[in-house]
Amino acid sequence: MRARLAVLALVLLCGCATGPKPVFHWGPYEDLLYTDYAAPGKMPPEQQIAELERDYQKARAQGLPVHPGFHAHLGRLYYQIGKLDQARQEFSTEKAQFPESAVFMDRLLANLERK
Amino acid sequence: MRRRPFAALLGLVLLAACATPPKPYDYTNYRAHLPRSILVLPPLNNSTAVEATYGCYTTVTRPLAEMGYYVYPVAEVDAFFKENGTPGAAEMQQVPLDRIRSVMGADAVLYLTVKDYGSKYVVVKSIATVTLAGKLVDTATGTLLWEGTATAQEQSGGSGLAALVQAVVTQVVNSSVDRSHRICGPAHALLFGVKDHGLLPGPYRPAGQTP
Repeated sequence: MRARLAVLALVLLCGCATGPKPVFHWGPYEDLLYTDYAAPGKMPPEQQIAELERDYQKARAQGLPVHPGFHAHLGRLYYQIGKLDQARQEFSTEKAQFPESAVFMDRLLANLERK
Repeated sequence: MRRRPFAALLGLVLLAACATPPKPYDYTNYRAHLPRSILVLPPLNNSTAVEATYGCYTTVTRPLAEMGYYVYPVAEVDAFFKENGTPGAAEMQQVPLDRIRSVMGADAVLYLTVKDYGSKYVVVKSIATVTLAGKLVDTATGTLLWEGTATAQEQSGGSGLAALVQAVVTQVVNSSVDRSHRICGPAHALLFGVKDHGLLPGPYRPAGQTP
């Protein structure tokens, strides 16, 4: 047992209402990711797309940007159901919103061209 | 700079344990190579629960992005590396930094290890624990920018016969998978957000605000 703990943080109910605002809008994204790994096939791509597209409208209504990876993931889901134009659109949107993603998005876009 | 960890669960206890006495982390190297983008690879899993890898991988995006960094989409990263010859976390975490830089364009890589993940039945309590360790490395120079560990625990149950029955039910009925998965997000949030030992805010976090 270590002699000292550096920090003991005891956190009770979320005080997020009084904390700083989130930078991004967050919806079912992480739950969908987890479901895909924990129960593959339980939520087909079409259903996930519907949830994320709905969530995108929510973000717009709130005036909050969607988070890193949101559009890229939607792009992959569109690719999985054969909608390559929409996949292309989503990867490009991710790249436009987050220039840091350009190298990876260009790679995914190039892969689409080979299909 | 004050940071408060993000947590949404009543009774959640978050511990940040450091191997060295509690002086603040030395951020000199980190400030010298402040990344805009962080590639998170699937975590190494030193726990006894095989589900820990993706239980924790799928909860890293939110706390890391809210610290202000571009986080590469984890499902796409996972698929990409699997399609390119590295079938699991151990292989992926061995990929050379210059290759990561050329393939992804990432400024830094976050190497995670899940050290503990799962529920234990301790007398009348059922305790779910997640312990994480992380290292942030600059891809251009290989410099270690930051490292840390954090533990999140959730207890349910109390004392007396009713609590005993409840604890057994909790342990049997509640999948320990789901319960540990649920506290992985707060574990990441603490790992990244703990005062003087967490990550520095990234470029997308407005100055003066911390999660």
